[in-house]
This record gives sequence, structure tokens and C-alpha cells, in this order.
Amino acid sequence: MSDNLYTVSMAPHIRSNASTASIMLDVAIALIPSLVFGIYNFGLRALAIILICVVSCIASEYLYEKLMKKPVTVGDCSALVTGLILAVNLPSTVPFWLPVIGGAFAIIVVKMLFGGLGQNFMNPALAARCFLLISFASLMTNFPVVDGVSSATPLTSLKSGGSADLLKMFLGTHSGCIGETSAAAILIGAGYLLFRKVISIKIPLSVVLSSAAFIALFSALNGSTVTVPHLLAQICGGGLLSGAVFMATDYVSSPATAPGKIIFGILIGFLTALFRIYGGSAEGVSYAIILANLTTPLIEKLTLKKIPVKKEALES
Amino acid sequence: MKLKSFRGGIHPFDGKALSMDSSITALKPKDELVFPVLQHIGAFANPIVAAGEHVLAGQIIAKAGSLISSDIISSVSGTVKAVETRLTSSGDKIMSVVISNDGNDTLAEGIGKQRDYSKLSKDEIRNIIKESGIVGLGGAGFPTSVKLTPKDDNSIDYLIINGAECEPYITSDYRMMLERPEKLIGGIRIALSLFPNAKCVIGIEDNKPKAIELLSELCLSEEKIEVCPLKAKYPQGGERCLIRAIANRDIDSKKLPFDVGCIVINVASCIAVYDAVCLSTPLMKRIVTVTGDCVSKPSNFEAFIGTSVSELIDAAGGFSATPEKIIAGGPMMGSALFSTDVPVIKTTSSILALSSKEAARIEGTECIRCGRCSEVCPERLAPARIAKLAEKKRFDMFEEYRGMECIECGCCSYICPAKRLLTENIRFGKRSVSAKRAKA
Repeated sequence: MSDNLYTVSMAPHIRSNASTASIMLDVAIALIPSLVFGIYNFGLRALAIILICVVSCIASEYLYEKLMKKPVTVGDCSALVTGLILAVNLPSTVPFWLPVIGGAFAIIVVKMLFGGLGQNFMNPALAARCFLLISFASLMTNFPVVDGVSSATPLTSLKSGGSADLLKMFLGTHSGCIGETSAAAILIGAGYLLFRKVISIKIPLSVVLSSAAFIALFSALNGSTVTVPHLLAQICGGGLLSGAVFMATDYVSSPATAPGKIIFGILIGFLTALFRIYGGSAEGVSYAIILANLTTPLIEKLTLKKIPVKKEALES
Repeated sequence: MKLKSFRGGIHPFDGKALSMDSSITALKPKDELVFPVLQHIGAFANPIVAAGEHVLAGQIIAKAGSLISSDIISSVSGTVKAVETRLTSSGDKIMSVVISNDGNDTLAEGIGKQRDYSKLSKDEIRNIIKESGIVGLGGAGFPTSVKLTPKDDNSIDYLIINGAECEPYITSDYRMMLERPEKLIGGIRIALSLFPNAKCVIGIEDNKPKAIELLSELCLSEEKIEVCPLKAKYPQGGERCLIRAIANRDIDSKKLPFDVGCIVINVASCIAVYDAVCLSTPLMKRIVTVTGDCVSKPSNFEAFIGTSVSELIDAAGGFSATPEKIIAGGPMMGSALFSTDVPVIKTTSSILALSSKEAARIEGTECIRCGRCSEVCPERLAPARIAKLAEKKRFDMFEEYRGMECIECGCCSYICPAKRLLTENIRFGKRSVSAKRAKA
């Protein structure tokens, strides 16, 4: 035997450059246009909320892991992304303690208690948003005044029979949550994620198309006239686009199979339309996504190819 | 025209530029050669020589142990030093015939005699191939004589020659296509003579334009042979992928290529068939690419089987930097070596010395369910799921989710951003299920 032994492992011996952290950073980069627009639209208070969300998420993960004597995993950048997505979903007017609670809830309750990265059964940031929405409803729907015009979001005015300015909705110069007002900024982020192949178009596209289809259907059933501008406003408004691009595509809580992704997207579209047309609030995407998250294991199970196996042969 | 290909697969750094322009150099072995009795898929061969016996180059020193097995041939003349267990490139210690080389290369009787294959019967041709110890030289090592003996010769309509060489770094098949194309076509003619209804397609990845051009030109006058350029994508040269790309037929673990009318032979094996049948020369040498970012002069050697890997590395100018890993075969499917003190065997297509930059152990994270493994899997499996099932020893579900269909190409492990050991765990699952089946 020669004097030194070389490293031995099973094949394959080479690995691609992509890592969990690089994918998470890609998502963070894709969120930048929406968040920067949010700061432009809502002022520096929005920046403060974003920072608090991020710090709260990362600190929660770090402290939890230290306390539980587990390896610290903040380096995988998934807590950073959770923080940014939580910020996307908050109005800039919330008190500073609210994102602290939200971040801690997202990371500790939804993610770490269920086993950490890869084990959370719903999107942590969205679950936290829904938790805050239920617990602090008035704070969470207290949208800021933009351009000194109105603090009503376009969807609320649509719901109460008003109309919406489509160009304004596309650009995002209206009231709403920090990162979800500008369709343009979200589409830039979506383009980046698609270009980097971080997400496939299956989920966002099926969410958007099926939302539009079901909203049209339910509105027609309700006896209201369905117009193209109305549908476009529904798509651009609320969290639909940001939800479809950044939240429904969360790897952990969405199906990994191609047909599963489409079924999942259609389910979100259906639930969104149901909540928006028949529900009490003008919104509904967040709830639609976290409910659909719950069906992910089932969808995946149904869409995976299996072969029948003779059980008795194996039990011996 | 769109290049033929298959679904899935990956595009790793191919590293072929290191050695693709280095022509084949003959390499003389030093005094000790080692011949493990397992250099193929199947049963061990049984040694038929004993210590102290004199052997000639080309002489059979171990006989095939069963139908799926292969004869082992001495590549030099000399004295049998010992028949004992030796470390091999697979990492196992295997019974081996150790021969001390007398340096005379005295050939056994009849070796090198010219023969006309058209005057031989099909059975004679198959027997020659069997006794010449030819196996799949691309790396799998399936006995070629078995491959060329389907249930019905008339059912074969595709003879596919695998010149894809999709594993990164390796250039041994490429050099042979450039330097020995006449022998390749000679071998194809012999194989075609066994199957009256077959036409031959030589599949070559489009990153080897010179080989495609040269062989296409030589095949102009051949009625039954054509060259098919394939998209450069790993694992294009995998048997199932190649059949899908060229013949558009599907096989799984329960079928062999000849069940769908196809026979797939590697370029090097086809040339070995020519040498055996027309030149009465059994498998004594093979082309080995010695390359990697730690090798001083990446080269393609014609090495005697049994030569120590360390001699090949010395011939390539030694190491230019300390390697992290030495790999026998390609970086995707080859096996890492503890030591370079192992022999070149029939399936050693290359020796790779990679630095820690190329072959580093990377700390991963938990699975983030990104689905990339499913996207690249050429068998359309869900690698993350079946790897997890194997890890948890849920072998019933492992089979249900088609774990046994895995071809162990390594694409899932390569692409995984969380650096999970997917192929590794699935391989464990497959071995466990096979062992259980063998017991039952």
C-alpha cells in the first residue's frame, strides 16, 4: 500500500455550483424591485419594517437553535427570505413590535417546531401574516395614505362597487402592503427567477389564469358583469401577483411534480376567487396559499408515478 | 434538424479539452501485473494457473465462472508469482493472478493470425468473442458475447454503437474513433453479420465534431451503417438513454436492450471484437485516459491490462498538484481509489486525479424540495423521495416509487443544491432490495 490514502466516496464525485444559500439569495434578489418600490411608495418607515422583519427572522432562528443546542443554520439564507417575504405582506403603518412577533412566529412556530428547513408544512411568512391578520386585524388593515388621495386599496374600492385605475395598479402607486402594490416590480422579480431557473412558470401562471377564470365565473354567477379591465384589476390588485410569484412557488410547501404544480396553482386560483367574491374581505390570496399548502403532500402522492409491488414477496 | 436526445440529464463541466488532442501512446508495463478475477459484471472467473507456472501473452489465466462472466487473459508473458487477494479499483480485495513480466511478450500460439470473419459461422464468432474476454469497455463490463446472443437474431433491427462518451474528462473512445476508425467499422461489420435485419447507428455527442465528420465520411460507402450526432448531455451514453435517443424505444430494469430489438456496444468493445475475430488477438490492452486538474500531462495511453495505475500516472508526468481524489472511470460513475497501487482492469476507461476544487466534500443542508433532482432524472423518478425511503429502509415503498429503475447515473446528486447524497442512498436501496430478492 502506498504511503498516503486518498479521499474515497461514492460516485458522483463532482457537484454543481448551486447551493441552498445561492437559491435563497436569488429569491432575495428577485424581491429587491418590489421592496425598493415599497420604500419609494411608502417612505422610510417601510425600510424600517423590512429590516425589523429580517432581523427578527434571523435572530429567532439563531436563538432557537442556540437554545436547543442544534447546529446554527442561518447561513442557508432561508430565514432572510422568510423575513423579506413577511415584509412584502405587511403595511408600512404597523407598529414596530408587530413584525418582531410576526418573524418569531414564522420561524419558531411554523418552521423550527416542525423540524426546520424543508419540514414546514406551510409557507412560514404567509402563515405569520395570517396569524397577524387574525390577531391584530385593525393594525394589519390600516393602510397608509398614498399621494394624499385615499388609503383604500384598489381591491376594497372594487369590492364596494368602485373602479380602479389600471395604470396606477400596474405601476403600484396606490395603497396596500409594502411589497405587493407594484405589478411591474413583481414581474421584474418573476423574470429574474425564471431566468435563473429558480422557479418554473407552472405555479404562477396557473394561479393567475385560474384566479381570473374563477373570478369571472363566480362574478357571473353572482349576476355582475365581467369585464376585462375588472379582471386585470383583480390580477394586479392585492397579493395575487406577489403571492403567485414569490409565495406559492415556495419549494417546501408546494408540490415538486409538474402536474402537481398545476393542480396546486389551480386550487389557489379557485380558493382566491372564492374568498374574494364570496368572502368578507377583498383579499384572500394568503389564505388560499396556506390552505393549498396543506394539500401539497396529497397532491404529490397522487401525481407520482408508482408501480404495483407484490407485498408478500417483500415481507418474507 | 434538432439533435436526438433524451429527457432530463445535466451539463457538467466536461474537461475533455485537457486530453482530447493527445494521441494514443503505447505504454510498456513494468515487472508486476495483477489480474483480478472480477473485471466484469457477473460471476467471478476461476483461476486456472498456479504460482510458479509460466504463462504466455494472450493465454487464458482464469475461466468464466458462469454464463454471465468472462475469461481473464494474461497481457504479458512471464511467471505466475502468486494467486492471492489484491486491492482493486472498486475498493474491494479480490482474488487476483499476479504475474511477473519477463519482458519478452512471447505470444501464445495462434495469436495475431489473420482471419476472414465471413468464413466463420455465427457460433464460431460468438465463441471467439467469449474466449477473448471481451466485456463492455465503457465501464459497465457486461460480457459482450452474452450481449451479442439474443433469443432471436432476426428480431434485432438496431445495432447501436455507443460513441457518446458522455462522462466528463474521458477521451479514450474519442481518440479511438479518430485513430482506429477502420477497425471500428470492421467490428461493426462482424456484429452486423450476426443480425440479418439490423442496421447500425453510431451515436456520437455533438461535442466531438471531428469524430462525427471522419466516421460519416467513412460510412458513406456503407449501406447499413450511419452516424447519428447526439446532443452533448450527460448521461447520453447510458444504454437506456441511447436507445431512447436513437431508436425512440423504452426499456426498464425488467428488459434488456434486445427485448426491444436493440443491441448497444461501446466503441472500444467493438474494436476489441474486430481484433479478436480478424486478428486473433484477445483483450490484452485498453485505452486509458489519464487526466484531471492534478495531472501534469493529461494523456491517452494504450495500457496493458494488469498494469499498476501508479505507472500510468508516472507516464503522464506525475501529479502537478496534490489530488484530493483519484478516480477510476468518470467523475459521475467511477470509483474513488484509496491508493494508486491497483491494476488497470478491462473497464478502466480513465484515471482521474482531481483537486479539492473539483471534488471537494461540500457541507449540505436539509432537502429544500426544489425538485431539480426529478427534473434531471433520465428515468423520470423522484430521487429525493426514493433516497429518503432507502435511508429509512422503507424498501416496499422504495420499490413502489420505482427505486429499482434508477440507473445510478448520479445526475440527482450532481444537481442537488442541498448536496444530499441521493444517488448514494438510492444505490444502497437497490442493493438491499436485490439482496432481499436473492434470499427469497
